[in-house]
Amino acid sequence: MLKYAEKIRETALKLLKEDRIDTFIGYRKGTVPMMNEPVLITDPDRVDQLHWDSFCALNLCNYLTKRTDRIGIVATGCNSRNIVTHIVENQIKRDQLYIVGIPCEGMIDHRAVLRAVKYREILDIREEGDRFLVKGADFEETFEKNKFLQSNCAICTHRNPVIHDEMLGEQVEEQSGVEPFTDVEKIEEMEPVKKQAFFTRLISRCIRCYACRNACPLCYCPTCFVDESSPQWVGKSSDPTDTMTFHFLRAYHCAGRCTDCGACERVCPMGISMRQFTKKLNKDCLDLFSWEAGLTLDQRPPLDVYRPDDYNDFIR
Amino acid sequence: MTDKIFSKEEWLAGLKALSQTYRVFVPVKDGDFHTFMPLDNGKIPDFDYQNTRLSPKSIIYPQSERMFEYSLDPESPEANVLKESSKDYSPMAIVGIRPCDAHAFQIVKRNFDNPEFRDPWWVQRAESTTLVGLGCNEPCSTCFCTELGEGPFGQEGLDLLLYHMGEGFLVKGLTQKGEELLGKITGGRPANDQDLKAAGDLAASASGKTGPAVPTDRLREKVTNDLFNAPFWEEVAFACLNCGTCTFLCPTCWCFDIQDEVLGKAGDRIRNWDSCMFPLFTLHGSGHNPRNNKFQRVRQRFMHKLKYYVDKYQNGVQCSGCGRCVRYCPVNIDIREVCKLMNNYA
Repeated sequence: MLKYAEKIRETALKLLKEDRIDTFIGYRKGTVPMMNEPVLITDPDRVDQLHWDSFCALNLCNYLTKRTDRIGIVATGCNSRNIVTHIVENQIKRDQLYIVGIPCEGMIDHRAVLRAVKYREILDIREEGDRFLVKGADFEETFEKNKFLQSNCAICTHRNPVIHDEMLGEQVEEQSGVEPFTDVEKIEEMEPVKKQAFFTRLISRCIRCYACRNACPLCYCPTCFVDESSPQWVGKSSDPTDTMTFHFLRAYHCAGRCTDCGACERVCPMGISMRQFTKKLNKDCLDLFSWEAGLTLDQRPPLDVYRPDDYNDFIR
Repeated sequence: MTDKIFSKEEWLAGLKALSQTYRVFVPVKDGDFHTFMPLDNGKIPDFDYQNTRLSPKSIIYPQSERMFEYSLDPESPEANVLKESSKDYSPMAIVGIRPCDAHAFQIVKRNFDNPEFRDPWWVQRAESTTLVGLGCNEPCSTCFCTELGEGPFGQEGLDLLLYHMGEGFLVKGLTQKGEELLGKITGGRPANDQDLKAAGDLAASASGKTGPAVPTDRLREKVTNDLFNAPFWEEVAFACLNCGTCTFLCPTCWCFDIQDEVLGKAGDRIRNWDSCMFPLFTLHGSGHNPRNNKFQRVRQRFMHKLKYYVDKYQNGVQCSGCGRCVRYCPVNIDIREVCKLMNNYA
């Protein structure tokens, strides 16, 4: 993945110098290991800030919403699918964008790395091919990247960008034989009481910081339902009922639109696996509508359209 | 003041006995991180930890607190009367609190307990709490407590300070409140000169291990409006998601919102932590929002901590250098970098 950093800088420089874009959105290297910061570059002299590695796991599409300038943007498979969704939902125009595609081999799960080094403080991480080297004050360990992929990346079948103006590398082979919904199936089999207990436990640590909502490019409402105060829809205390309402409704708002980019889980300061909610809806969309979000500009998401001649019985 | 040495077993047994008379909070491993939890139901304290994910501020200042309750039932003789909700002020002890978090309580105290205002609930809870600190033998590279306070073995705001020494603890008495708690823990032996020297060496070695310097020396002399209008805020704020991670994890963020919640004819008046990162924080009843843009909210957070507080209280910055926001900001907005920008701004 590291090899793309230089290519991103070259491309951004070219695009800015040739006045084909006004701004370029990518990442710059973080100040702490396993963290990178989304950055907006307008000055060609500052493209050297741009960086790329296996910890670029936010969703840059989040920064496109309602921009009016001409933007160059780095996009992996999932990020590109969110760009498609954004275009379909009129949050950005296709002709404003110059999409720099990166064939993605998955992002590294920073929590899994911490577990592997037994929570000792990591001072530096270096990627070398399909391995990475983790350094602390008194240890040095090498791991295979493939065993440390974020759980959404491990089941991803759209690693190559679905929309792009330029690709920075050869397409990577898509993963085959993955079973993306084994965890969802387990929950589906639970008795309702057990299900409720499972979800209650899942979100018990939530502090209502809304990092999951805000990291998600799908959440662009001018006023979110949890922030609505007249009338107030959801209580603002740490009452579990309100917290559950937030998580359920947030997930439902993503139905048919979620690309399983994993940004919500990546950013959660409390380590909550809220993809358990959205994955169920992704599975339903696939089962009921043969739909995966963000693969085409020609179709609106399934819960966004109604056709009298719909062939599904359940919708009539 | 007493200085005593306890073996690990003696100390843990002592804490267990202490929980008969105090509500004892200890760091407990909970999944991938540590959380302060009440020492009960077989919870095992883990003092081999760097710091808890959430600061212990919620023990004194809960995220949601019922302030008052009322009845809306016209039949009730107390209809529409606000009554203070009952609160528990029985003695508490936070055992294993890091010096940065204890320092943070001193910072927050300037807001909740000053000649002008006294927040009854914060003050009473703080007064009924004994803080038993645990010096940091191995501070994180993202810690900068040495810059902003007394460092990894700082004593400010603590009643007792623990030195984790090999197999046991040296406990240093710092206040009368601390001595009272220590008196309830049996066993141990008085520390001798050799023990005290070893403890001193531990502290000295740790203070050199905190992260790189974060200069705050010129913040006071800056003109507020110059910093406010500085050109770097848009860039600092670009990546910000406007989530509440930094403010909720921060031990020194004290802002709250007050909400009424009604179920049937019974109502509660609750105060909840609020965050200056949320647009709702400053939304006026008229619909106008003076901080409508993301960069204004980000600027507010840093200006409050590093300029307004500095000017108002003339007692340092509103940050104890715990490093939580540095480590857990999902988009890596680093207060150390912003502080440098502000301090060096000409």
